[in-house]
Parts: sequence; structure tokens; C-alpha cells
Amino acid sequence: MNLDLAKPDPLPSYIYVLSDFLRGQQLFSHLFSSRVSALSFRSTPLRFYLFLVKAELIGWQHIDFGFEWRCTSISHFGMAIERILKDDASEEKGERARMASFVGAMAIADLVKTTLGPKGMDKILQSTGRGQTVTVTNDGATILKSLHIDNPAAKVLVELDISKVQDDEVGDGTTSVVVLAGELLREAEKLVASKIHPMTIIAGFRMAAECAREALLKKVVDNKANEEKFKTDLMKIAKTTLSSKILSQDKEHFAKLAVDAVLRLKGSTNLESIQIIKKPGGSLKDSFLDEGFILDKKIGIGQPKRIENANILVANTAMDTDKVKIYGARVRVDSMAKVADIEAAEKQKMREKVDKILAHGINCFVNRQLIYNFPEELFANAGVLAIEHADFDGIERLALVTGGEIASTFDNPESVKLGHCKLIEEIMIGEDKLIKFSGVEMGQACTVVLRGASHHVLDEAERSLHDALCVLSQTVNDSRVLFGGGWPEMVMAKAVDELARTTPGKRSHAIEAFSRALVAIPTTIADNAGLDSAELVARLRAEHNKEDSNAGIDVISGSVGDMSELGISEAFKVKQAVLLSATEAAEMILRVDEIITCAPRRREDRM
Amino acid sequence: MALAFDEYGRPFIIIKEQEQKTRLRGLDAQKANISAGRSVARILRTSLGPKGMDKMLSSPDGDVTITNDGATILEQMDVDNQIAKLMVELSRSQDYEIGDGTTGVVVMAGSLLEQAEKLLERGIHPIRIAEGYELASRIAVEHLERIAHKFEFGENNIESLVQTCMTTLSSKIVNRCKRKLAEISVKAVLAVADLERKDVNLDLIKVDGKVGGKLEDTELIYGIVVDKDMSHPQMPKQIQDANIAILTCPFEPPKPKTKHKVDIDTVEKFETLRKQEQQYFDDMVQKCKDVGATLVICQWGFDDEANHLLMHRNLPAVRWVGGVELELIAIATGGRIVPRFQELTAEKLGKAGLVREKSFGTTKDRMLYIEHCANSRAVTIFIRGGNKMMIEETKRSIHDALCVARNLIRNNSIVYGGGSAEIACSIAVEAAADRYPGVEQYAIRAFADALDAIPMALAENSGLQPIETLSAVKSQQIKVT
Repeated sequence: MNLDLAKPDPLPSYIYVLSDFLRGQQLFSHLFSSRVSALSFRSTPLRFYLFLVKAELIGWQHIDFGFEWRCTSISHFGMAIERILKDDASEEKGERARMASFVGAMAIADLVKTTLGPKGMDKILQSTGRGQTVTVTNDGATILKSLHIDNPAAKVLVELDISKVQDDEVGDGTTSVVVLAGELLREAEKLVASKIHPMTIIAGFRMAAECAREALLKKVVDNKANEEKFKTDLMKIAKTTLSSKILSQDKEHFAKLAVDAVLRLKGSTNLESIQIIKKPGGSLKDSFLDEGFILDKKIGIGQPKRIENANILVANTAMDTDKVKIYGARVRVDSMAKVADIEAAEKQKMREKVDKILAHGINCFVNRQLIYNFPEELFANAGVLAIEHADFDGIERLALVTGGEIASTFDNPESVKLGHCKLIEEIMIGEDKLIKFSGVEMGQACTVVLRGASHHVLDEAERSLHDALCVLSQTVNDSRVLFGGGWPEMVMAKAVDELARTTPGKRSHAIEAFSRALVAIPTTIADNAGLDSAELVARLRAEHNKEDSNAGIDVISGSVGDMSELGISEAFKVKQAVLLSATEAAEMILRVDEIITCAPRRREDRM
Repeated sequence: MALAFDEYGRPFIIIKEQEQKTRLRGLDAQKANISAGRSVARILRTSLGPKGMDKMLSSPDGDVTITNDGATILEQMDVDNQIAKLMVELSRSQDYEIGDGTTGVVVMAGSLLEQAEKLLERGIHPIRIAEGYELASRIAVEHLERIAHKFEFGENNIESLVQTCMTTLSSKIVNRCKRKLAEISVKAVLAVADLERKDVNLDLIKVDGKVGGKLEDTELIYGIVVDKDMSHPQMPKQIQDANIAILTCPFEPPKPKTKHKVDIDTVEKFETLRKQEQQYFDDMVQKCKDVGATLVICQWGFDDEANHLLMHRNLPAVRWVGGVELELIAIATGGRIVPRFQELTAEKLGKAGLVREKSFGTTKDRMLYIEHCANSRAVTIFIRGGNKMMIEETKRSIHDALCVARNLIRNNSIVYGGGSAEIACSIAVEAAADRYPGVEQYAIRAFADALDAIPMALAENSGLQPIETLSAVKSQQIKVT
């Protein structure tokens, strides 16, 4: 890595793409065959090869992300004699750093771009771990989470949460965030190329984002007061969210399911009380919402299969051998007879415990830990239903829905709050037996049982339903609603365009660019649906020039349609989060003018 | 040189493996060092000022940090060169002592080295240069004191403090809501400041962050935020006028430190031991209850049985609270940390007006807020932001702002920003240079030139013509004085 001092920078206009040799060669022959003007490589200890590609190739649009790649450069400090960084650490400055981060971020955006919209395509993700598990998904968050990324800027977009936050806080719109951020950076790249300072671009973007938010705020519809209308709003939102997922075939069914579930929550955003159980078999249409609670456990043998007006004790206690917890205690005996005595005492102890539990007047006992055969038998004798090994989640939820408390000591039965439910019964879903608690005290809880042909379908269905539930529960709290189908983007773009016209100075270029990036979203939706995006977006724009237009892209018929008639709605909160997160992400990447990569930590040689 | 001969003419080796060692001496050595120092300075130069750019750092484990903070950049840069390490140390010590200006100090040092190189080429001895620099820096500091303004502030008059903090924050990514963050920082510092002794213990300010929400949701809490929730999901989520027992002993059967064995060899012993065990838990909970505690905060875990007993006796509890947080809670609530149940008394309980659990977003993240404490000397700045990086960067920025506010409380004189102080010093040093006979004069002039580097970098980063801007500002300053 020593450079000749006489030539401060031997190859100023090249960037160095470091890639795995074989896959790299494939890539280059595949993509740039004619355009690679200089290709040279040298081996390094890591069996990596150095490719020199002309910088203009950075216009690449269709990078398939199936391989790992990264840009790096030989550090060149102009006249610097000493390397100040450790070997293997690399440094990229100015234009190159920006280029590397733009390319990385855009590649990510292009990757998920095709999943956007109702006709977006799915991705197959294959894990590198054992078993090479395969996930088929359309959910941006899931795709991004599973990617193995080496480019720091791409990481900003993905790993460090822009999309994760979107998923956690709002639940939906992860793809849109990444696509919008990518488009913003694509526009910013052009501006930087025409010598506009990144800070000026950021200032413009900020103004534009604020203006776009205002524009949306002016157009929101709030139907909170009218319950009937609000419910149809929710239905519309649910349908719009689900239409881009695997559930789109049965979106009517699932939208109703999700809305019912969320309305039961009565405004709380705590999705814990909605339980999702996946059972392979049947078809997606057979999925149903069940009030009450379903526990994926079997009823012990010889115990009642059906209990009416159940009193439930939810417990977290050891029902195997109740250990003596005092430290250092051990059993030390000198004859077999004494062993038998102590064993009897132990049994007695367990029997007393069971008696104490029974003294609560219960007919159902749910324990988080194991129940050994002996106490189980005792319970069976007493005609009490005993369920063992309900996992922690199950216990907490059960306690929540039945209104009982989780007990660990049983000395004063009168003060322990028992849970109640009208009916406990064993039900069959597919081939599995499950225990259903219906008529529980807390009406909020419910269970969604998903049915589907395979695990992949079920997993994807769960993710889609989760998205819909998140969006709906947020909408219940913030009931402002917008139209979908690219309508909000056009509204924002229009307002931002106007701002650009009235803003003096260089910032107006950035503001204009922002509006172009916004329009890219409806364009992508149209492209993904195989429609003529240029034509459609132009018509949409014309349509939006009229006052109070409700026009958006109708993907099904492939034309511009009235969104209020088509019933395509989106939650304001989601759109706002998309806008702000994407701007923030783009800003963060734009501000970078230098990337310093430390030497990767050496792996211990396991040979 | 590496080979010497002893008195019998036998050669012996002073430095082994001569061929593989390189050695720089004299002017070359100095130049090599200077260039290393300058390359570090050059990395930071573009981060200076309100329009400075950020650096993206990727750690050996692949974690990405985006920051504008000089100390952080240098810390994470994986520097190998000795001189460069010196610069890193320089920035770090600035961070420890003053808290802010970590970028400026490195840029300034770099430009001093740059000027020194020119002098060295002219054949001036390094010691003379160093002496000249020393003289010049004395002049500059004197001048700074002359142009500094004293200002007054009080509990209600925080405007000038906020203004200064805003200057610090404007160079960071958080400048979108710098006003709000500056106010938060100043209020936090004032809340914990000892205005009589003019001292601030920054340990009392806890800066905590949680991913989610917006930067605008960042808030100052007169109390403590703990990233924990109640030990039992059914405990009350809100407690008014809490009496807090702060424990460092677990709700578990005692574990004597000496090794011992309890032998069970008869049924009776088994029985008594069992009773004993139940008694333990009962006693523990009862003790807390007896002294009037309404909330138990414990450093350790609870046994399932103890947990249920606590719940049962209506005594909310929090487990696994970290040591630092425990101390802060003790300070804030005026309670004492109790290491043994036997020592629990009513006086040792901490008091807080309101303890509540707050949940965020759609995930089940919960945090515990302890507010309206008896002694509101401990405060928490709770940062929200779009992603983890944003929060980390905000934490660093807030740290800088807090340090600035603290320094102002210690010494309430300010100089004006935007490079004006540097230019003023540069003019003063330049003027003083002529009065010194001898070679030092050159070094002093070089120092004045080096001072110009900071306003120059500011102008350059903002996209202005550096030389033009600098000369315009300079002439204006000279006209006024």
C-alpha cells in the first residue's frame, strides 16, 4: 500500500471496487462487460481482488444484491509519507466517500423498490445459517433485517433502524421509507455533481419536508366523531395495507378480521392482547378471529375436557420436585429407611402444596413450569384441569385476559385473585388439539388463528397481519386519514414545487429535487404494476393541478382513478413517519464527507 | 553507527537487524512527524463549524457511527502512527477538561505544525520556534481575556447561557432543534449546579436515550428514568407519593459467604427447613412493608415466590436495577441504599412524588419514571430519535452543550464565536510580533498565521471564499479597534 510519492494520486478518476473475485468477475461480465475500461487486480492475503472501475460506472441502476460488495480505496494522503491508520483500515474522502455512501444507499433502495405497491413482487431470502431456511416475503422490514450488508451507508438505512423504528413505532411503510430515502439521495447526487454544497441541499430538503408535511396536514380527513365512517376508514386502511401483501387475495376477509381485533382493544396500542396462532393446513380463507384466548397446549390425561364457569389459578411455581432453596442444603442419610422417609416427606410436601392450591376453589390450574406426573395425578383426582409448561408469554397473557394474578405462593387462598372464564374446552384446529378459554373477563383479548398451506405462507401472513394491526391501532389513536395510491405524494410534490418557485437561492434546486423524489414513489408503484409510469404520472400531475383532486393510481385498472371512490386510504401517521424518517436518513448520509473503516477484527483461526 | 568496536577491536552490534530498520533523523524526522500531525488535522478540518460535514466511521465489528464530534472521530479512527496518537490524546484531553472544542484544538495544532514546517525549512531551530509559539500563545491568551465579556445570569435569566449552548449545538446534526436542546441542557445544568461554589457535578445529569419518536420529543425530567419495568406484570403502573426502599440485597434465601453445608438426615429437619424457607420470604417482604415502603427498588433478582408475595402484599418492586442508577435514585429521592433487610428503617426510605411506568410505540418497551423527587438535584435528559445513531450523536452533542454550560457557570466570561476571537487574537499577536527582537519574531508571526486557520476553515466549509472572507473580517476588526 505504498504509493509512489512522485505521483500523488495515480488514478484520480477511478474508484476501486473490492469484491470477491469470482462473483466480482461474474458481475462485471454481466453488467459492465463493454464498459470496464481498466481492469486490474492483485491478490491480497484475504483472497480479495482489486478491481478498478471507472467512476462513471456509478450510474449503475440495477445492482443485484445477491453478492457482497464494497467500495474502498487505497488511502492516498496526497503528499503524506506516513500512514496514520492501521494496516487494513481504509479511508475515503470527499467525493469518493459520498459516492460510496450514495451508491450503497441507492442499491438498498433499488433492492426493495420492486416490492412496493399492490403489485410489488416478493423476495426469497435464504439464510446462510444451518438449514438454509427460506423466507418468502414482501415486507420491507423483514427483507432489510435479513440482509448482510457491508457498506456503511447502506447500514445506516437498514441496520441502524430507520426501517426498524418505522416497523416498531408505526408498523408499516418500511419499504416506502427506504425507497424515498434512496430517491432523495439519487436526486442529491445529481445536485452534488453540479457543485451544490451538501449543506445547502440539506437545508432545502428540510424546508421541503416541512412544507410537504404542512400540505398533508391541510388535506387530512378526520372521521373520529362519526363512528360508522371511522370504521369504514379503518376498513379502507386495512385493505390498502394488506393489498400489497400475500393476503391481498382475501383482503376483505383479513381487513375485517384486523379491524375487529383492533376495535376490541378500545384505543390501546398494546398489541399483546391480540394473539396470533399459526396452524398449517386449510387455506388462508379459513383463518378466523376468536374472542377469548387459545392456548397451544394439550389437556392432561384423565382430566375434564370441558369446564364451564371456570375458576383459573395462573401460577408460576415449581411442580416437579420442590427444591429446598436454602443455600448449601443437601440430603445426607445413613440408611435406606431414612431415604424412604424423606421421600415420603417430599411427597407429603407436594401433596400439601396441591391441597393448598386446590383450597383456592379452582377447577383449572395453569402453571408456567413443568408439572410432574405425581401432582398431575392429584389434580386429575380432584377433577381439576392442570396445564403445564405454558410459556411465559402465554402465562402473562392468560393472567391478563382472565383477570387473575400470577401466583407463586398459596398460603392465603382468600386474597389471591383468581381468573374466570365462562368456558374452557378443547378444540381441534386441523389436526392439533388446543385449549380455548372463551367468555373471559377482559373483552379486549382475542386470538387470530391463521391457516394456510405452508409455514412460509403462514409466516408471511403473520407479518402482513402484524403490519395491518399496527397501522390500525395507531390510527385508532390518531384518526387522521389520507388517500392512498400515490395521492399523498402528488399532493406533497405539488406543494413542494410551489415552494421551490418562491424560494430564492440555491436551495430551490434542492427543494425541486425533493419533489422529484416524491413523485418517484407513484412512478415505482406504476412500474411495479407493469404500467406506463411516465404516462400515468403525467396524467396524475395534470389531474392534481385542479383544486381538491382525489386522483391516484388505480393499479387494478391501470389508469388514474378517484381514490375516494376506490376506497384506498392510508393513515396520516404512517405517511408522516415515512416522510420524516426518509428525510432524516438522507440528511445523515449527505452530511458525510469521509468514511473511515477500521480493520476488520481478526477472527480466531480455528484451523 | 549501529556497529561499534570494543577495545580489542571486536565488533558488536548496537541495533539488531540493521537492514530492516529505517531511521529518520534531523529535519526529515521532524517533517515526517509534522506531516502525520497534519493529516490528522486535515481529516477533522472539514468537520469544523455549522456547515461542517460528518464522518462515517465503521468499527472493527462493522458498527457504523456518524459523528461530527472531533473526539469521537479520533477515538474510533484506529490510529497507528505515534504522532497521530498524540493528536488523538490532545483531543481527548480537551474532551475531558473542557468538553467542547475537540475539533478546533486539533485543527489549530495542525496549522501550527504547518507553519512550523515552513520555518524549519528556513533553518530556524525547532527550540526557537517552540519558544516563539509559547510567547505568542501568552499574548493571545492575554488578549482573549481583554476582549472577553462578563455577563450575568440567574435562575430566570438563562438567555445568554442558551445562546452560547446554541453555538455549540449548531455544528451538530441536531441543529434542527438546537434551541430546544440548548434550553434543556441549560436547565439541566442549572438544576444540579451549586451556584455558590460555582461548580456543577455532571454526574447528576443522566443522559438516556431510547429509539423511537422524534428528536423534538426529547425531554428534561426532574427525576430519574430507569429502563426497567415492574417485576410482576400485574403490579400498579403508577404510584403517588412513593416511599422507596432501595435495596442491594436479593429477595432470595440468604447465601452466607462462608462455605457451609446443611445436612438433612431426618424428616423433622426437612420439615423445619421447609418452614424456615417460607419464613424467610415472608419476613423480607414484611420488613419492607413495616417500615412503610410503597416501592422496592432492588439491585438483584427476586425468587418467584418472593415476587408473588410482593405482588400479593401490594408492594410494587423493580428488580435488576444497575448500580449507577441505584445511586442516582438514592441521591434524587434522598433515600439510603440498604444492604440488608435488618437495617431497613423508615428514615432510610427515599421519597418521590410520582413513579410511573410509560410504554412506547407498538413494541412492549417500558420505562420507569421517578419524578417529583424529594431532592430534585438529579435530572435526566431523555433523548428520542429516529434511530440509534441519531441518539448516540445527540448524546454526544448534549454532552458538549452541558460542558459548555458548566464552564460558563464556573467562569462567566464569553468571547464571540464565528472565528471573531481567533481573528482578534491573530491581529494582536501579529502586532506584538514586531516588538520582539530575535528569531522568535518569525515564530510569533507564524503563530498569528496559524490562528487564521480556524476562521479560514469555517469559511471554506461554508462554501465562502476563504481568503477573501478572512481579509474582509480582519480589516473590519482593525477598523473598529
